[in-house]
Amino acid sequence: MAIALRQPSVIPGFGITLGFTIFYLGLLIVIPIAGLLLYTLQMSWDDFWRAVSDRQVVASYKLSFGASLIAALINLVFGAIVAWVLVRYRFTGKRIVDALVDLPFAMPTAVAGIALVTLYASTGWVGQYLNVYGIRIAYTQIGVIVALTYIGLPFVVRTVQPVLEDLDKEAEEASAIMGANRFTTIRRVILPALLPALLTGFALAFARALGEYGSVIFISGNLPFRTEITPLLIVAKAEQFDYAGAAAIAAFLLLLLINGLQWWASRRYR
Amino acid sequence: MSIEIENVNKRFGDFVAVDNVKLSLPNGELTALLGPSGSGKTTLLRIIAGLEQPDSGRIRFHGEDTTDVHVSHRGVGFVFQHYALFKHMSVFDNVAYGLTVKPRRFRPDKAEIKRRVMRLLELVQLDWTAHRLPSQLSGGQRQRIALARALAVEPRVLLLDEPFGALDAKVRTELRRWLRRLHDEIHVTSVFVTHDQEEALEVSDRVVVMNHGNVEQEGSPEDVYDHPANPFVYKFLGNVNLFRARVRDGQARIGDIALPVAEHHPQDGEGYAYVRPHEIEIVTDPSEAGLSATVELVSIVGPTVRLELRVENGEDLVHAEVPKGRWRELGLAQGAPLRVRPLASRVFLHGETLPSAGA
Repeated sequence: MAIALRQPSVIPGFGITLGFTIFYLGLLIVIPIAGLLLYTLQMSWDDFWRAVSDRQVVASYKLSFGASLIAALINLVFGAIVAWVLVRYRFTGKRIVDALVDLPFAMPTAVAGIALVTLYASTGWVGQYLNVYGIRIAYTQIGVIVALTYIGLPFVVRTVQPVLEDLDKEAEEASAIMGANRFTTIRRVILPALLPALLTGFALAFARALGEYGSVIFISGNLPFRTEITPLLIVAKAEQFDYAGAAAIAAFLLLLLINGLQWWASRRYR
Repeated sequence: MSIEIENVNKRFGDFVAVDNVKLSLPNGELTALLGPSGSGKTTLLRIIAGLEQPDSGRIRFHGEDTTDVHVSHRGVGFVFQHYALFKHMSVFDNVAYGLTVKPRRFRPDKAEIKRRVMRLLELVQLDWTAHRLPSQLSGGQRQRIALARALAVEPRVLLLDEPFGALDAKVRTELRRWLRRLHDEIHVTSVFVTHDQEEALEVSDRVVVMNHGNVEQEGSPEDVYDHPANPFVYKFLGNVNLFRARVRDGQARIGDIALPVAEHHPQDGEGYAYVRPHEIEIVTDPSEAGLSATVELVSIVGPTVRLELRVENGEDLVHAEVPKGRWRELGLAQGAPLRVRPLASRVFLHGETLPSAGA
C-alpha cells in the first residue's frame, strides 16, 4: 500500500480520494450498521434468540426470502428479454419503453403499492378477471411476489443492457456460419457472455426485494404467518418502541443475506 | 468449388450497395475484392456467405444454387476483420466450435475433434496456444486462430473480410505472405475483401476492382495493374499524374512530347494522359524535350526518392519517384529547375469514361 501511494500517476490525488472514500463509506454505511449491531448487543442472548426465532418472524423470513427469490428469478428471465428487445431492435416508441423501465426506480414505492392493490384487488381492473378463475393476487403471497417483481425489474434490465450493447454481433454470425442453430448460439455464445451481468442483476434485484417495504405492505394485507414480510415486522416492532427487537431481526436478516451472498460469490469465483 | 454470382443486387434504403454484379470466381483460386469503402465489396462478400440476402440475383457454388440456403448450412468459412473469436472460450474450444455444434449423428468423437483441432493449430503454427484465452494473444495470432476456426468445418469456400485490416503494418505484411503460402497448400476457393491495393496485388490470383457497387475490372493482378480499364482503376491502384493530352494518328502529345498510344486508341481527340510516378523521367538538360518544372518537395523514403514537382502552367503538382542513385546523379536541390518527361501513359479521352472519385 505504501508503495502504491507513492507511485506517480497521471491523475493525482489517490491519497485524498481513497481517504474520502473510506470516510464517506464509514459515515454512510459502517456507522449505521455498527449502531444496529450495538443495539442488539444490549439484549441478552436469550432475548435475541427469542426475538429472531419467534414463529411469526420465522414465517416472515420464509416469505421474504422465498418471494424475493422468485421475484428475482422472474426478473432474470423477463428483464433479460426486455434488455434484448431494447438493444437489438428498432421500433417506434423505443425511447418511451426505455424510460418506462426506470419507473419502478422513480415512483414512490407507496404509490406503486397502492396502484398495484387497486389493479389486483378482486374488484380491480385486472383482479376482477382473475377472480373469475379463482385466482386472487391482492392479500396473498402472490401479491407479494408481484410487488417485488415490479420493483426489481430495472436492476436486471439496466445491468444487462450495456453488456448486451457491447456484445460482438460478429461472434453470433461466426457461430451461425459454423453451422450452429439459434438455440446453440444463444446457449454457447450469448449467454456465457451475459452471465456475469445476469448474475449481478439477479443479486441486485434479490437484495432490493428483500429490503422492500413500501410497495408490498399495501398489496400483501400483512396477515401474520401468511403475508407478513420481515421489513414490516421490523417497522411494527419499532413503532412499539421495541427498538432492540427491531434491530435484532434486522441484524439477523442482514446476517442471512450476507451469508447467502458470500455463498453465491464463492460459487461464482471458485 | 467455383462461385458464380449472377446479377446480384442489394440496396440499403436509397443506397445501392451492390449494383447488378455478375462474377465467376474459379475453383481453387484466391480472389481479392478490391475497392474503396462504400464500394459494396463487403456486402457482396456477406451475400456470398449468406449473412445478407440479395434483393435479386442468384449465388451458385459449383452450379448448385445456394441463394436461399441458410448461412448455417452453406458450408462457408468466414474470417472477420475483428476476429470475432468467442472471448470466454479457450483457443482450442474456439477452433473446435464448428465441430462440436454439428448434429450428433455427424459429430466426430472427442479424440477425432482433438486430433483435427490440433492439426489446424499446427497449420497456423499456434498449437502451443491451445489452452489460452483469445485475449492473451496478439492481433496477428488471433486472426490466425480465426482462420483455423473457419477451416475446421472444412468449408467449401473461404471468405475473409478485411482480414488484415486491424493489424499493424509489419504483421500485416507477414500475415498476407503467410496466407498466400497457406492457400497454396490447401487450395480452397477463397475470396478476401480489401481496400489496400498492394495487399490485393500481392496476395491474390485474381483481382476484382469494385466501385459504387459495380465491378470496374477483373483480371490477374498484373493485368489489372498494367492495363487498367478506366481512370478509376488507374487511380485506385496507385498514385497517378494527369497531363492534358491530345491524341492524333496514334500519338499522344503532352506539351512537346509525343508518346505512342496506338495499342488502345483508334480515335483522335483530347483527354488526360495517366502517368505513374515511376514512369516519369527527370532530366536536367534544358535543351531536351519535356515539360519544364521545379522541385517543390523532396522526401527520401528508403531506397526511393519521392518528388513533388511544379510544372510550368500546370494545374496540379506532379509526383515522381526515382531511385536514390539516380537522384544523386542528378544532383538537384529543392527549387532547382528541371524537365520532366512521361515515359509511358494511358490516355483516356474526355467523355470516354468520366474520371470518377478515387485516389
